[in-house]
Amino acid sequence: MEKARAFTLAGRMLKNLFREPATTQYPFALADYPERMRGHVRIEINDCISCGLCMRSCPSDAIAVDRKAGTWTIERFDCVQCGSCVSVCPKKCLFMEKGYTEPDSVKKSETFTKLQTE
Amino acid sequence: MAKRSIVPFGPQHPVLPEPVHLDLVLEDETVVGAVPSIGYVHRGLESLVKKRDFKQYVYIAERICGICSCGHGLGYCMAVENVMGIEVPDRARYLRVIWVEMSRIHSHLLWLGLLADALGFESLFMESWRIREKILDMFDETTGGRIIHSVNKVGGVQKDMDSSMLRHLLETIKDIEREMKPLVDTFLQDYTVQSRLKGTGILKKDDAILLGAVGPMLRASGVEYDTRLLGYGAYKDLSVEPIVSGDGDSYGRCEVRLKELFQSFDLIREAIGKIPEGDIQTPVKGNPSGEYFMRIEQPRGEAIYYVKGNGTKFLDRFRLRTPTTSNIPPLVETLKGCQLADVPVLILTIDPCISCTER
Repeated sequence: MEKARAFTLAGRMLKNLFREPATTQYPFALADYPERMRGHVRIEINDCISCGLCMRSCPSDAIAVDRKAGTWTIERFDCVQCGSCVSVCPKKCLFMEKGYTEPDSVKKSETFTKLQTE
Repeated sequence: MAKRSIVPFGPQHPVLPEPVHLDLVLEDETVVGAVPSIGYVHRGLESLVKKRDFKQYVYIAERICGICSCGHGLGYCMAVENVMGIEVPDRARYLRVIWVEMSRIHSHLLWLGLLADALGFESLFMESWRIREKILDMFDETTGGRIIHSVNKVGGVQKDMDSSMLRHLLETIKDIEREMKPLVDTFLQDYTVQSRLKGTGILKKDDAILLGAVGPMLRASGVEYDTRLLGYGAYKDLSVEPIVSGDGDSYGRCEVRLKELFQSFDLIREAIGKIPEGDIQTPVKGNPSGEYFMRIEQPRGEAIYYVKGNGTKFLDRFRLRTPTTSNIPPLVETLKGCQLADVPVLILTIDPCISCTER
């Protein structure tokens, strides 16, 4: 029993001497996100018809749609990345993208405005 | 008779990940009574059903707790589906079971890590959480979130798993199972672990039933009761056997949870083998009207979801009875007669989840 334990320990020590570290050096080696990751919401604003379904389906009231001004506003710090807006969008112009949004010292919203077509 | 003194325990304590307070009545170093109190993290999530419609509330139900999130979403969805008489597609039922069993694995591994940490066995704690990371990565790949999955919806599931994902899941489980072997040996055979767990906090079978213990706490006292036997989701097509241990002590609870991990591996394998092709969601029309009690087996034990609809999109009432709520009276019973130094470990063996309990 003791012999077996000594071998396990020696084996592990040798392995640990030669293998790469388990951690990655963060700013130089970026995290590898999977395809489905719910990081942040992206909008293709020119496909948006300002129907407001995303605004009504949002459980955290993070989205505001102004039909007259043609704007779509998201409070990035209120969004909980549930994907509810993406699943109800009738034009499929909302996307759940991988990668988190940048941290900030104040709560900011982001507004997208549609190109005016005459 | 020795002099009695009262020692406050918590709400802030190194062993507690969440705030719960106990007034321990001591005679020298022996605990003779305990008065629990909660109320430090109440967020009023149940009353939010009046402000968010029943489809939006799924996302709130999931956020009641980080560790049981998959089960809370599932329990709420199934309660609403039963009120509305919605038949969920077979593939969705299987996918739900796979995700819920994965969440059982991650919850039990988390608990094993916390237990090892409470015992002061740091490397065992690190090892448990290192293995848990693999299942979290698998959640990230299949659902898009490590902890909050947002896959359940009323009428089915939001995302499908293709064959390559299922294959990857099988490989991951095989890996985890292989890596679990030394972990299981240490938990069940190492004398340092045994000296802290064996014979402490004994809950007798009769007491467990009388005080309403649920989940691994109940099964460790030798009662064969598992809500999965009710056959909700795809469990009726799978072979679920309740895992019991007769000792009723902390060691028994640890043993039950370890064996449940292996049961979950088998259930996932069986579900992947039997999963049918087809749709993953049914369209939902109308609003819920009526009430329903849904019982599911969370990793911590039986949870009850009560839903009452009034025909509008806002529900009248949503009520959740969590496993920890039921396990607090048995905890108080197990604390009687134990040593003060054993209190942290005994609190941990019920796997307390205070966020769920207070909602």
